[in-house]
Amino acid sequence: MSEKKTERRDFLFTATAAVGAVGVGATVWPMIDQMNPDASVKALASTEVDVSSVNPGKTITVLWRGKPVFIRRRTQDEINEAKAVKLKDLKHPEKDEDRAKNPEWLVMLGVCTHLGCVPLDQKGDYNGWFCPCHGSHYDISGRIRKGPAPTNMEIPKYEFVNANTIKIG
Amino acid sequence: MSDHEYTPKSNFGKWFNDRLPLLTLANHLTDYPTPKNLNYWWTFGGILTFCLVTQIVTGLVLAMHYIAHADMAFDSVEHIMRDVNYGWLIRYIHANGASMFFLAVYIHIFRSLFYGSYKAPREIIWIIGIIIYLLMMAAAFMGYVLPWGQMSFWGATVITNLFSAIPLVGEGIVTWLWGGYSVDNPTLTRFFTLHYLIPFLILGLVVLHIWALHVPGNNNPIGIDVKKPSKDTVPFHPYIVIKDAFALLMFMIVFAFFVFYTPNILGHADNYIEANPLVTPAHIVPEWYLLPFYAILRSVPDKLMGVIAMLSAIFILAALPWLDTSKIRSAVFRPLYRQFYWILVADVLILGYVGAMPAEGLYLLIARVATAYYFLHFLVILPILGFKERTLPVPLSITEPVLGGSSNLAAARDDSRLEKLK
Repeated sequence: MSEKKTERRDFLFTATAAVGAVGVGATVWPMIDQMNPDASVKALASTEVDVSSVNPGKTITVLWRGKPVFIRRRTQDEINEAKAVKLKDLKHPEKDEDRAKNPEWLVMLGVCTHLGCVPLDQKGDYNGWFCPCHGSHYDISGRIRKGPAPTNMEIPKYEFVNANTIKIG
Repeated sequence: MSDHEYTPKSNFGKWFNDRLPLLTLANHLTDYPTPKNLNYWWTFGGILTFCLVTQIVTGLVLAMHYIAHADMAFDSVEHIMRDVNYGWLIRYIHANGASMFFLAVYIHIFRSLFYGSYKAPREIIWIIGIIIYLLMMAAAFMGYVLPWGQMSFWGATVITNLFSAIPLVGEGIVTWLWGGYSVDNPTLTRFFTLHYLIPFLILGLVVLHIWALHVPGNNNPIGIDVKKPSKDTVPFHPYIVIKDAFALLMFMIVFAFFVFYTPNILGHADNYIEANPLVTPAHIVPEWYLLPFYAILRSVPDKLMGVIAMLSAIFILAALPWLDTSKIRSAVFRPLYRQFYWILVADVLILGYVGAMPAEGLYLLIARVATAYYFLHFLVILPILGFKERTLPVPLSITEPVLGGSSNLAAARDDSRLEKLK
């Protein structure tokens, strides 16, 4: 008799705790999720850029989702240099072809993959970018060559809408 | 809490105290028996309380004029500096107050390290102190973001990006912290909210810190347990109160010097340029009080390991009561520890110096050696030292070395000492 009663109590305790945990979870989640990007931030997800005025050997920087995007029109020498690098010399091996679909145009997030600073153009030991914050060197394909950054600079989703316009995002 | 029953004199006092024993608490704090040999290094607890109150009061006033919006924050700070009556004074007190707060807390921490104040039975006081120190760093960092200058913006970017080192969920956490895809207005408003909240959390922890302190009582320069109350103690009021007040005045002279003569020397000129997400300043440096940890972060060539090393450097302090195996508290009686203590002080200063320098060449090498030594001190030297070190004889009471031991039998039997006194 008493044994049976204990089982009933155990069931009630477990059920109460389970419902309580779900309730607490459902209450806490909105408090946490409200900090994630809101609808107005997400709405700014794509940007179109006119690149007709960019000459070979020049880089323009545009703002996309609050972050700088480098658009560099590379010279033939630079493309050759980027392609000549052996994959085994790279910390994060990626072919230049995979990073620049159209080799003349390199479109990438101008954000150092170490701690998020904006690297400087045409600086560093590899003729590409150099991050002044903690000394990461990137080559002309935006690949990490030296310094603390773990990966190459990120390539965002982009496409050529027409010959002169790039849509990022 | 009190060692003896306290009864208020007036009838109203009695009536009130029976319902809420605030007067008993006040009496406990006044009569609180304190070791009579406390030196000036013990005055920094009071100084830190002053710093906290200063930051809360000036911060409250600044919040009446500041606007937490990415488009207006920078201008509103300039508005405080130029238009608001005494705005310049209040802001300079608040900005330099953060530095003064850290100056005092570092002295307070290194005093504990020298005199072994973190050892049993004071581990909980020590750990609460470390939590306060962590909250102070969080508050200082978020406060530095609020003026929305270049250093604000890029400091926020670099520090929040530390979380991206966490495998798998790192990027998601950073986006969540930012409330967007970069540091922007949502980041600023939440930092302002948290910057406002944290000082009150610290205030609560300070109460616990002092409560925990009042259970065993103060440690003291010779690090022995003191009978309370006894010939070895004096009441907190007026003896310690007047000493603390004098030290506080000296401290305020230093504070006032910075506020009135060099209010910007501890800041960075770049922060008088409005935040620009397209340009990173050439040389990003955190505030001086975070430099040693910044040096540790940069000395490790791997991103995740660098972050782990930096956080470990802080959290290792919480384990200190168990890493230090010596039974003797005060470095006064530990000749070897005393030397290692000063090497550690030099090591932390060196880390601070190289943290301000570019991370390359000789600076990087020095940072790596100093980082290695920092961990060596806590993880190897301290545990071994407790077993190997030949400590000096510890007196049985504070009074013994002075009066030939009037308060303990062993010393009182030592007639030769008494002879000398005659």
